[in-house]
Amino acid sequence: MAVFTRPRQAFAIAGVLGLALSATACGTGDDKKSDNAGSAECAAYDKYEGHDGKKVSIYASIRDAEADLLERSWAQFTDCTGIEIDYEGSGEFEAQLPVRVDGGNAPDIAFVPQPGLVKRFADAGKLKSLGADTKALAEQNMPADWLKYGTVNGTLYGVPLGANVKSFVWYSPKTFKEKGWEVPTSWDQLIALSDKIAASGMKPWCAGVESGDATGWPATDWIEDMMLRTQTPEVYDQWTTHAIPFNDPKVAEAVDRAGTILKNEKYMNGGFGGVKSITTTSFQEAGVPVTNGKCAMHRQASFYANQFPEGTKVAEDGDAFAFYFPAIDPAKGKPVLGAGEFVVAYADRPEVQAVQTYLASGEYVNSRAKLGNWVTANNKLDIANVASPIDKLSVQILQDKTGVFRFDGSDLMPAGVGAGTFWKGMVEWLNGKATAPVLQGIESSWPK
Amino acid sequence: MEFDFADQQPKLLMLMYGLIAFVVVVGGLLLLLDVVPAWFARRREAQLVAASASGAPITRRLKQREGLFALFFLLPTLLLLAIGLVVPAIRTVSLSLMDRESNNWVGLRNYGWMFSDDSIVRVLVNSLVWVLLVPLVATAFGVIYAVLVDKARFEVVAKSLIFLPMAISFVGASIIWKFVYAYRGEGDQIGLLNQIVVTLGGEPKQWLLESPLNTLLLIVIMIWIQAGFAMVVLSAAIKAIPGDIVEAARLDGVSPWQMFWQITMPSIRPALIVVVVTLSIGSLKVFDIVRTATNGNYDTSVIANEMYNQAFRYGENGQGSALAVFLFILVIPIVIYQIRNLRQQREG
Repeated sequence: MAVFTRPRQAFAIAGVLGLALSATACGTGDDKKSDNAGSAECAAYDKYEGHDGKKVSIYASIRDAEADLLERSWAQFTDCTGIEIDYEGSGEFEAQLPVRVDGGNAPDIAFVPQPGLVKRFADAGKLKSLGADTKALAEQNMPADWLKYGTVNGTLYGVPLGANVKSFVWYSPKTFKEKGWEVPTSWDQLIALSDKIAASGMKPWCAGVESGDATGWPATDWIEDMMLRTQTPEVYDQWTTHAIPFNDPKVAEAVDRAGTILKNEKYMNGGFGGVKSITTTSFQEAGVPVTNGKCAMHRQASFYANQFPEGTKVAEDGDAFAFYFPAIDPAKGKPVLGAGEFVVAYADRPEVQAVQTYLASGEYVNSRAKLGNWVTANNKLDIANVASPIDKLSVQILQDKTGVFRFDGSDLMPAGVGAGTFWKGMVEWLNGKATAPVLQGIESSWPK
Repeated sequence: MEFDFADQQPKLLMLMYGLIAFVVVVGGLLLLLDVVPAWFARRREAQLVAASASGAPITRRLKQREGLFALFFLLPTLLLLAIGLVVPAIRTVSLSLMDRESNNWVGLRNYGWMFSDDSIVRVLVNSLVWVLLVPLVATAFGVIYAVLVDKARFEVVAKSLIFLPMAISFVGASIIWKFVYAYRGEGDQIGLLNQIVVTLGGEPKQWLLESPLNTLLLIVIMIWIQAGFAMVVLSAAIKAIPGDIVEAARLDGVSPWQMFWQITMPSIRPALIVVVVTLSIGSLKVFDIVRTATNGNYDTSVIANEMYNQAFRYGENGQGSALAVFLFILVIPIVIYQIRNLRQQREG
């Protein structure tokens, strides 16, 4: 049976289909650099010249408003050099990136927030090592601690880009002032304050670890902060590299220490219910009760500043601010837990290297910081360009040469643990399971 | 914002090229599929007419042509089946015998892991519960409902009420039910279930945290969606029971109970099997509901969800593939049963 009785009909249908399909297709305009390319503003970009009309694709997990800021931050670079940056952000970044890379459809550049994932791609031979220019610039601008996390088997693959500080406890300076509470500077003061607040009828802490298919990650940050506080940084490194087992007594000690707050019904969970409500409270909502007087403290990273309701004044004398999560023994120094993303390249075309070099430069980090809401460990960042008080505090902590910095441990571990059993294990732990079987379960899942 | 045509010229030009290319390629393909077979058919017909007119026997060459003709139509299907199904299946099986990076052969280690890891055994048990409960309850519900509303007043309205959830996606349905199960520690409950409990004087509960109750609550979502499908298919089958059989039974004075078990059920058996098989395969593959409602936490994970996690999120290609192969093996007997059934029906 002939499907179409007349060829003419077939053509008509093909035409209509074509219209419908092409309406969704994207044009590939070849925008050239604008006329002001020779102007004074562009002088800073001279060293990236010579790739006019070339395209570089970037893939990352940053979306929405943050992604707009990102695109604005390199607008002038595109304008002056003519290198077009094709940015794509995805909420499924971690799962989709390996699919794209293995499928031969790798982006030119990716911003990877997990050193563990950088290592996986580097081991598989998918990543290009940094070009000479980028490497020199990175070594000049970045703290050695950070470069270490972008290095696999002695080769530097990733340049740190954005950063955040995780060792923060959010509180309300207004409430603290009203009630006459002092910001604690040691662990004992922190617990004493918690007891005092609990006795006053308010729940001292609130927490939430629900985060869609990443549920559990905020709890891993708690454990990492505790590892840095109950153990030495060296033990922390042994833990993240599996030199000591996950169910080592030292880890159990840290987890139990976190439990003295997280699993304490007297402390938890301001505004949401009991301890069990931690697992079902979304991390975005979890700290909001700080501003409405339902809870006093919320341990979360610097980026939590964006989660407060509109109109909240985030400042040292405002509705919400953060203090450094105190060390147990201040004599042992101030450990800082943080994280950030690394710029890695899957292609080594000259224009890709130019973009990578640019992202490591002082010009870039300052142009991004000026747009607000962003912090980096890059020491070319001028603190005067950082507007918000919490970002300023973060930069001070990151640039403090005496602080002991450690990267988010779960991001250093293999994904099956760091983004899998560790998250799940923490959810079970908060849901009532004891420490030992949870740690045993995570240990047995570590890839052999 | 003004739309400037001159500014967009390069894009519009691209669009035109795309359109032309599309018309040429798709039009050409359609033309090929339309004109060429028609031309062959006409020629063959002419040859057959000529052959029969001349009284000569239909030659082998002509028959061979017929084979070629069939091949012409089969080829695209076979090709697509190979690319989309056979090759990936073979690849998945081989990946399941390799390590995480798919570099070295590890034999059956991944399968060993599957049956020795407590959390994965839990996943397998959960899948078993799904595949037992969903088809059973949804079909039972469908049959009872179909019988009860059959020839009743407002039958159409009653049936559409049950059928409506079918129109909602699994993810959408899961979000709706997540609200039903929602919990608030303080203040007013926003979840229907907890509000009912509170109204009756009970304490609100965090429903989705308690295993194994939570798996059952997730299964309820699937049943809610699928009962309508079962009901529609079975209702059609009930209506197709020949009237004289029913009448004869009535004359013999059967009770409604006997009518149901001895007339209705045997008559709709083929439809029942289709429904149960479809729902079984559907509940083995269930992924969206678990992922949306609990993300596999609190001991609710199922095979498909764990397979996705292992392969794509944890980078454990071997373990993910092993789970995929296991899921495939589980589906095979159901499919074979269904094929045998269809064949028997055709013969009978």
